Amino acid sequence: MNDHIISFQERMDTAEFRVHHQAHIVVDGKVCADCSTRECVIACPANLFVPTSDGGIVFNYEQCFECGTCYIVCNREGAISWHYPEGGHGVVFRRT
Amino acid sequence: MSTPDVDVVVVGAGPAGSCAAIVAARAGLSVVLLERGPFPGSKNMYGGVVYPRILDGLIPNWWEEAPIQRWVTRRSTMLLTDTQALTVDFRSEAWGQPPYNGATAFRPDWDHWLASHAEAAGAQLLTDTTVVGLLRDAGGAVTGVRTDRPDGDLTARVVIACDGVNSFLAKEAGLYEHTDAKHFTLGVKETLALPKEVIDERFAVRERHGVDIEILGGTGKVNGGGFLYTGLDTLAVGVVLKLPKLAAQQQRPEQIIAGLKQHPAIAPLVQGAELKEYSAHLIPEAGLTMMPKMTMPGMLVAGDAAALCLAAGIWLEGVNFAMASGMYAAEAAVEAVQKGDTSATGLAGYQRRLSDTFVLKDHRKLRRAPELVLSDRVQHLYPTMVANVVERMFHVDNPNPKPGVRRILDQERRKAGVRRRDLLRDGWTGFRSFG
Repeated sequence: MNDHIISFQERMDTAEFRVHHQAHIVVDGKVCADCSTRECVIACPANLFVPTSDGGIVFNYEQCFECGTCYIVCNREGAISWHYPEGGHGVVFRRT
Repeated sequence: MSTPDVDVVVVGAGPAGSCAAIVAARAGLSVVLLERGPFPGSKNMYGGVVYPRILDGLIPNWWEEAPIQRWVTRRSTMLLTDTQALTVDFRSEAWGQPPYNGATAFRPDWDHWLASHAEAAGAQLLTDTTVVGLLRDAGGAVTGVRTDRPDGDLTARVVIACDGVNSFLAKEAGLYEHTDAKHFTLGVKETLALPKEVIDERFAVRERHGVDIEILGGTGKVNGGGFLYTGLDTLAVGVVLKLPKLAAQQQRPEQIIAGLKQHPAIAPLVQGAELKEYSAHLIPEAGLTMMPKMTMPGMLVAGDAAALCLAAGIWLEGVNFAMASGMYAAEAAVEAVQKGDTSATGLAGYQRRLSDTFVLKDHRKLRRAPELVLSDRVQHLYPTMVANVVERMFHVDNPNPKPGVRRILDQERRKAGVRRRDLLRDGWTGFRSFG
């Protein structure tokens, strides 16, 4: 097998995102600070949640599939506020 | 009370929403179909197989125009361990002829096509419009929706919420008792490009015939399942993962797909195919266990928004349940508007139709199946046990004579750490569900 191994960024770049300037995901860092399980970090298929060295979480919203996994796996009340992006924005899966 | 802007607002132009809009518009009601994406289907993905027979009455000879990739004429169910694979493979020429059975299709194509029928029926499609909340009267009845457009309130006699698995409308209305991560699975998929001739040869199919492979045991430590479907010149390979397990196992979704693609039984099928699109979506997996109330004054809930998705191991269906529930919701809305009674009583025809048809009959019959299929024993113990039994049955171990199947079964059951009592109980649950 000599199939090309692609990076995660290359993987994400295969999907189209029409990014809105306003984030549709908001993370309350204070709530995340004492979370040791960090479900969102593992489960988000777009890898949008990244732990920082000081125990916090940084998040991106730009390349979000809008699946909802993050707020559903999160068991900290109020840590992740999530709604759909503004109409016409966000992920656009491809027509053939 | 002032006159509503329209008779029916349908939220979400997926399969449920478009079928609802077709039915309501054809009955002469004024219908607005709202879609938050730039075109219907742009937010939607699934594994890849649709069973469209429910459309027979709505779009006669739909197969002559539907944007399908291939007709599924070959269906395989695969059981994987790290080094073994057991496949039950079925093919039928009948499934390659009208009225067909399953078809592979891309949701952006499929949903776009269905919505065009809603528009042809007279529904007004508004894309790029996200619904941000419900409008309700003093008594709590739904009277319309608030959108993110300027002056974006839209009032209606009936709102049909087809706003998908995250259904913020059903949640806002309090129709879900609670949201529990264990009721959901995450589907992640790679669409891979591969020339049609290579697919035809690799999967032993011709023309528009295609293959549906469902896989148990290829998802590592995370409970779930895998799939591999053939498009015309693409493959869809992916996994469906139980959310709490996924978070607990420290294995990321794309790593689990990579593991599946490296399995000796799968690798030769996907070799050389290049990633065209990576995608993900949630699945309301738990069936009857998680279903919300689907009727309230002024509003009906259909499709994934109502958890009407069948995830029962060998049967994985959702688009057909969405299309049917959308149609039935609209039929009930038409009755209610014509009677001038859009209270829960006036809209009761919806629940009756769901109960009388496959939509809830299949779910009732298979109510124990989703939990059984995703249970630890079915996921992590049985595949090894069954594969080892088959391996020993066909392994010629001369000069030793062939052992009896019952002895092998009993030995492998104990080796796998499966208690006889549990095996019998699961067998009985499976028999009651699938039998």
